[in-house]
Amino acid sequence: MSTFTGTVTQAARPEGFGRARVFLKRLRSGDEVAHLITLIFALFIFLITCMLVYELYIHSAIPRRRFGWHFLISRAWDPVFEHFGALPFIYGTLVTSAIALLIAVPLGVGGAIFLAEFAPAQISDGLTFVVELLAAVPSVIYGLLGIFIVIPLLRDSVDPFLQKHLGFLPLFQGPIYGVGFLAAGLVLAIMIVPFILSISREVLLAVPTEQREAALAVGATRWESTWQVVVPYARAGILGSVFLALARALGETMAVTMVIGNTPQISASLFAPGYSIAAVIANEFTEATGAAYLQSLIALGLALFILTIILNGVARLLILATTGRGTAH
Amino acid sequence: MRYRSIWRKTVNALMLGTTGLCALVTVSVLILILAYLAVKGWRYLSWSFLTQLPKPVGEAGGGMANAIVGSGKLLLVAAVAGVPVGLMAGIYLAEFGGKTFSFMVRYTTDLLNGVPSIVMGIFIYTIVVLPMGHFSALAGGLALGVMLIPIVVRSTEEFLRAVPGTLLEGALALGASRWRGVATVVIPAAFRGIATGVLLSLARVAGETAPLLFTSFSNRYWSPGWSQPIASLPVMIYTYAISPYKSWRQQAWAAGFVLLALVLLVNIGAHVILSRRHSVQRG
Amino acid sequence: MVLAAVVLVCLSLISCTHTATNEGGAGHVTLINIAGATFPYPIYSKWFDVYHQMHPTIEINYQSIGSGGGIEQLRAGTVDFGASDMPLNDQLLSTFKVKILHFPTVLGAVVPTYNLPGVTEALKFTPQALAGIFLGKITRWNDAAITQPNPGVKLPNQKIIVVHRSDGSGTTFVWTDYLSKVSPDWKAKVGSNTAVNWPVGLGGKGNEGVSGLVEQTPYSLGYVELIYALQNHLPYGMVRNSSGKFIKASLDSVTAAAAGAAEQMAHDIRISITNAPGGDAYPICSFTYLLIPTQISDTLKRDTIKDFLHWMMTDGQKYTEALSYAPLPQAVVDIEMKQLAEIQ
Repeated sequence: MSTFTGTVTQAARPEGFGRARVFLKRLRSGDEVAHLITLIFALFIFLITCMLVYELYIHSAIPRRRFGWHFLISRAWDPVFEHFGALPFIYGTLVTSAIALLIAVPLGVGGAIFLAEFAPAQISDGLTFVVELLAAVPSVIYGLLGIFIVIPLLRDSVDPFLQKHLGFLPLFQGPIYGVGFLAAGLVLAIMIVPFILSISREVLLAVPTEQREAALAVGATRWESTWQVVVPYARAGILGSVFLALARALGETMAVTMVIGNTPQISASLFAPGYSIAAVIANEFTEATGAAYLQSLIALGLALFILTIILNGVARLLILATTGRGTAH
Repeated sequence: MRYRSIWRKTVNALMLGTTGLCALVTVSVLILILAYLAVKGWRYLSWSFLTQLPKPVGEAGGGMANAIVGSGKLLLVAAVAGVPVGLMAGIYLAEFGGKTFSFMVRYTTDLLNGVPSIVMGIFIYTIVVLPMGHFSALAGGLALGVMLIPIVVRSTEEFLRAVPGTLLEGALALGASRWRGVATVVIPAAFRGIATGVLLSLARVAGETAPLLFTSFSNRYWSPGWSQPIASLPVMIYTYAISPYKSWRQQAWAAGFVLLALVLLVNIGAHVILSRRHSVQRG
Repeated sequence: MVLAAVVLVCLSLISCTHTATNEGGAGHVTLINIAGATFPYPIYSKWFDVYHQMHPTIEINYQSIGSGGGIEQLRAGTVDFGASDMPLNDQLLSTFKVKILHFPTVLGAVVPTYNLPGVTEALKFTPQALAGIFLGKITRWNDAAITQPNPGVKLPNQKIIVVHRSDGSGTTFVWTDYLSKVSPDWKAKVGSNTAVNWPVGLGGKGNEGVSGLVEQTPYSLGYVELIYALQNHLPYGMVRNSSGKFIKASLDSVTAAAAGAAEQMAHDIRISITNAPGGDAYPICSFTYLLIPTQISDTLKRDTIKDFLHWMMTDGQKYTEALSYAPLPQAVVDIEMKQLAEIQ
């Protein structure tokens, strides 16, 4: 990078106007060049996303014309008679992601706090290493594990237990199949926990030691120093890891489809089978023929994109409202 | 005052235990999965699996050597294409970004991360494969490359931000320009974290099947160069895992294990290099 | 960075050595890409492997990205040939610039599989019973429609849990095509396709998903490919064919169904063979096809595929039964041989 300075300095010659002079001064120091280069890459990401939306948009013309906004609230999904609607899939995506976050965030953040603050460095490093490895397990294998381990466990122990003790809630009523929203949420939770845990741990480790020492020096217990000083300091980074995890949960295909039951229906019960947007696209895209059918699957992709936009927005607003500060990126 | 002190100590112990439990549950579940895969995969692993081309059902031997090399090549393209973009954009957000545009970039990054992998595959298919007219290793690598960008951006930004501002101020006070301060003080201080993010992103895309089906396709044979269909471990795992034959499903487990072992090796290699260079930074 | 460099060097070395062996050892290697259905992947990879050993300079690379994917890729020209579990209808064919020929390669069948604790006999299903169950009209195992053809079998008074494929698949196409033929009600309400709007039931992904759900759920009923049932020793039932006989699916009864339909195939090779005539024919089966354009500009690829198809229909058929695929009947081979001359 140091090569930039030489060439730029020669070209720079202060002119009269103030703004230009400031600009040239910064150019001479190389700041503006560095700014520009990094800006271009940031712009590149922005452009890729725009292109992606554009491609999704132009390839979903038929369902947009035929169903319009009704596509988003229709419950039909009939490839034979070509009635298509997204509502059950949107519902399934939301419910499974919510379950996954409810389980994974406390576990991941709690685990990260322990590994970063309380556990000896050697053990902490070793365990985190294992956790990071989990991110590489192909999702088809998570799905197989879901079928052979999670589903029997849910069907024979967890679901009956929940029904017995919490059966007064509509969430835990109805017949038990094993597959369903709860199974999908659980498998998703296992899949996203590595992201939350490993990134949160690194963020916590990066908090300067002086912060802790200062808190301990005024008589705080270790937990108080952690919870009142270290965690708030690292809050933005932890939230970033949760955003990453949420996005992964929303877009996961293979593992979800193997355990969710793949039935496009809306049901209050977590034991009931459902379906998610990403799952139906992966399931049917490779075997679909006919433009209306194919394009409706693409339209689902667009719907998921819109859903992600809204969810991210809501999450940011929530964070902004609760913290009252602009820490939420 | 004494009660309060006892109360605080109790809370301290309680929360220590709770977070410890969280870590225990998480890590043990994950280790369980890993062990399950290792046990199942190890049993079917053999030397020929690592060195031979795939064989049809019913024939003894046969391996996935081409898929192992293929996955390596795809990840290499992905890293070359995706990591610089992610790093630079992360640096921009953390060190140079303004308000509105940064917000937009962050937002789109999160959106990009939530795109289902199959949709990403379809996207790269329409913008790379169709114009080129054929499937290729390059297209597959690009699909993976785009997928790893969001993770690299997000983690890079977070770790750069976590570096105390005093470090950069010190550098600036000594007369360094901002970019020089960032490049020589802030980035090295955050290096460990950034590297974690990059490794995590590579691990995450290493196991992806869906984006490869329509981009790198797959290949039963060796794929010389970069512009032909190429085999990869996840696609082979997928194809073999859903076949009716037991012998192929066993090979799928072995392939899953090999994939993990490869990621493990890369991770260990990176950690060794990192700890040698940056052991000083660990507090 | 160091790591990346090392990896890069290793990889390029590996690729280089293989390029060298490819070109030095056996002259120029031609790669032919084919994409399509999942069902025939094992037998195709066997055939192409054997063919490669006979002709070392030719690599035929088959990848199972799905029938729909195969058709789309053939149209886009990203692969040389396509493969599909269902024949292309006229509307789909009209979207191609060139004429596309269907070459049936092997036969498959779909069988009802179930999990009934205490029942060891192979159950007999009438077409009406299957349609009724999948329409949600027959809900209990001791319904008269099921007990009547199964005298002596004690069927429980339990709810039937229906399991179907959730992913788009040729298997679902064959199953729903059959139900549409035997039940006007099914045809009007649900119809046939690679995925349909199921009136009842749980969806499992792939054969392994369906069989996994069935195995783990008592009193369930689903459908899987015959090969999957045979290779994994799943229990499956007999189905009454158009002559009124209950037939257990086997390679012979599937080939018999194809032979029964051969006469009609002379007029249109794409004809569906579900519910085919013939006393020994199993009623729920179908061909899987290779899709070959009539005009192929690359002469080497053209000659190769013609040679391969010829070999596949003659010597190649002997590899099918070891993998549990049903071979083509001679009558169908004769029709295909005639069609082979159309490729130019």
